Amino acid sequence: MKIAVCMKQVPDTEASLRVRKDSLWIDEEELTFVINESDGYALEEALTIAEKTGGEVVVFSLGGERVREALRKALALGAARAVHLADPAFEGGDALATGRALAAAIQAQQFDLVLTGSQSGDAGFSSTGSVIAGFLGWPHAWLVMGLEVEDGKKAAKVTREMESGVNEIVRLALPAVIEVQAGINSPRYASLKGIMQAKRKEIAAVTPADLGLGAEEVGAAASLLETLAVFFPESGKGAEIFEGDPADCARQLVEKLRKEARVL
Amino acid sequence: MSKIWVVAQTRADGIHPMALETLVAGQELAAASGGTVDALVMGDSVSARAAELASWELGSVQTLEAPALAAYTPGAYVAALAAAIRANAPDIVLFPHTYQTVDHVPRLAQALGAALVPEVVSFEVRDGAVIWRRPVLGGKLQADVRAKGSPILASVQAGAFSASDRRQGTAQVSALSIDVELEADREILGVEEVAGEHIDLSAADRVVAAGRGVGGEDKLGVVHDLAKALKAEVGASRPVIDSGWLPRDCQIGSSGQTISPKLYFGVGISGAIQHLVGMKGSQVIVAVNKDKSAPIFGVADYGIVGDLHEVIPAVIQALEETEGD
Ligand SMILES: Cc1cc2nc3c(=O)[nH]c(=O)nc-3n(C[C@H](O)[C@H](O)[C@H](O)COP(=O)(O)OP(=O)(O)OC[C@H]3O[C@@H](n4cnc5c(N)ncnc54)[C@H](O)[C@@H]3O)c2cc1C
Repeated sequence: MKIAVCMKQVPDTEASLRVRKDSLWIDEEELTFVINESDGYALEEALTIAEKTGGEVVVFSLGGERVREALRKALALGAARAVHLADPAFEGGDALATGRALAAAIQAQQFDLVLTGSQSGDAGFSSTGSVIAGFLGWPHAWLVMGLEVEDGKKAAKVTREMESGVNEIVRLALPAVIEVQAGINSPRYASLKGIMQAKRKEIAAVTPADLGLGAEEVGAAASLLETLAVFFPESGKGAEIFEGDPADCARQLVEKLRKEARVL
Repeated sequence: MSKIWVVAQTRADGIHPMALETLVAGQELAAASGGTVDALVMGDSVSARAAELASWELGSVQTLEAPALAAYTPGAYVAALAAAIRANAPDIVLFPHTYQTVDHVPRLAQALGAALVPEVVSFEVRDGAVIWRRPVLGGKLQADVRAKGSPILASVQAGAFSASDRRQGTAQVSALSIDVELEADREILGVEEVAGEHIDLSAADRVVAAGRGVGGEDKLGVVHDLAKALKAEVGASRPVIDSGWLPRDCQIGSSGQTISPKLYFGVGISGAIQHLVGMKGSQVIVAVNKDKSAPIFGVADYGIVGDLHEVIPAVIQALEETEGD
């Protein structure tokens, strides 16, 4: 099977964040970026299916120069090729603008299956995969914790996470877009051989024009959402915070829990 | 004057609790923007569900009934909603941010070419435009956004509004008809319980919850030691389970267990909304995190900022030192 995987690069969850001067986003300058968590699981799922059924995995990512590092990592893990939606015009879009661009890039080749993550660690729209499916006219499922391509490769059995500890099992006709939830599998690590091979694999850079899209159809120009400001949330009622010497903090906390909160 | 719709998702036992919260959001938005709010209830036979909203202050409760809406599929739901929205032209359509709506509302936005604002936690009307507030970067920050065009679709995060704040009144029920083919785009094969659920954390008085910040399966010792010192059960955030450090039935949050113990003690947990909805109701919340701006401190009663591998052993020692007095 030929499988497309859409991946996004996001700030490492460990990174300490600062709001940019214009308040419109965070300062990305000294940040460490990683492959978005659920997208990593999507890639693993794709690689496993391709190994079982034969075929290849092609990874797609939209973003600046830095996302080539994420694509290179995916190639080291076993993807055959990568497509980089590299033009600055692609950036700053909402899920509709980003989904339109990715769908066009996917449509330029023939795929049996598209895998994405369920939610990104930055914008967190939880929408892009479904929007891609809408543009392609394919069925989709979000928050997928199990995926089994059926014999004949005409359909897939999909386990969808629901609230309160229940999963729903559904069958989708292929081609389809599957939005994978973190935890569906155990992602592999790159081997030295994989890393070496990745250096020779192709990362094709594409522009809106290459995809038959006008610059006004993608990115910030097409976005229906405009960010006015980002900021650290006000911290509700506000915790009583202890900071400094661990032993002092611990003693104060235990005292509070015994005498004030009375929960010990 | 804006015309606001709230799509009130139903469950087997009634209107979804998050849909009730979203109806309150709709009432508040209508009040703030000088508009009207209607509820929309969809399914194959929803008169009993619609009647549950009869004592709400709403313009109306619209029912949208069709055999193809008996079981949820995005194909049928998106087609029905798109047709209803096109025919009635609401300016704003609110949904509860549930796993079901996240599955199909983005697709509805694509079909309509409409703006979608997911996970709204609050809003404000400024110069006639709605400014929506939503979490970004895993809840570490929030963003204020403005949406263009009409309609605007938005989903409302759990716990942002309270169903008990509802304005009471009367609402007339009326039927909405649509004239489109509704087709399922998936075949429903059944449901299954998520493996596990042997550990019932909801019965525990005290829960120590481990997060990704613990750093590895081999470093969980301090968490177990703390649990022992506190006579607490051990729970966890999702990444801890996804990485296989602890079994799935320890998970606390929207796709795990909901707990409200006397004491919740979170260790190396950032406090993403999907975790918070599972433990916000705890009586006393303690958090240890090296990042002072971690959102968990926003719901905590007490917090220690520091490296948990230094702080937790110190807490265990302090517990032992003061034991029994
Ligand atoms: C649909 C959906 C459903 C989800 N359901 C759930 C759910 O049910 N439950 C759930 O928990 N999550 C759920 N999630 C995931 C959720 O969004 C977060 O990703 C997750 O809760 C983060 O877990 P964490 O806080 O352990 O990790 P992180 O967000 O990575 O936080 C780790 C924290 O540890 C701190 N830290 C690191 N090292 C140290 C140290 N040495 N000492 C002290 N502090 C340290 C860091 O400062 C950071 O704040 C869901 C996500 C989605 C999309």
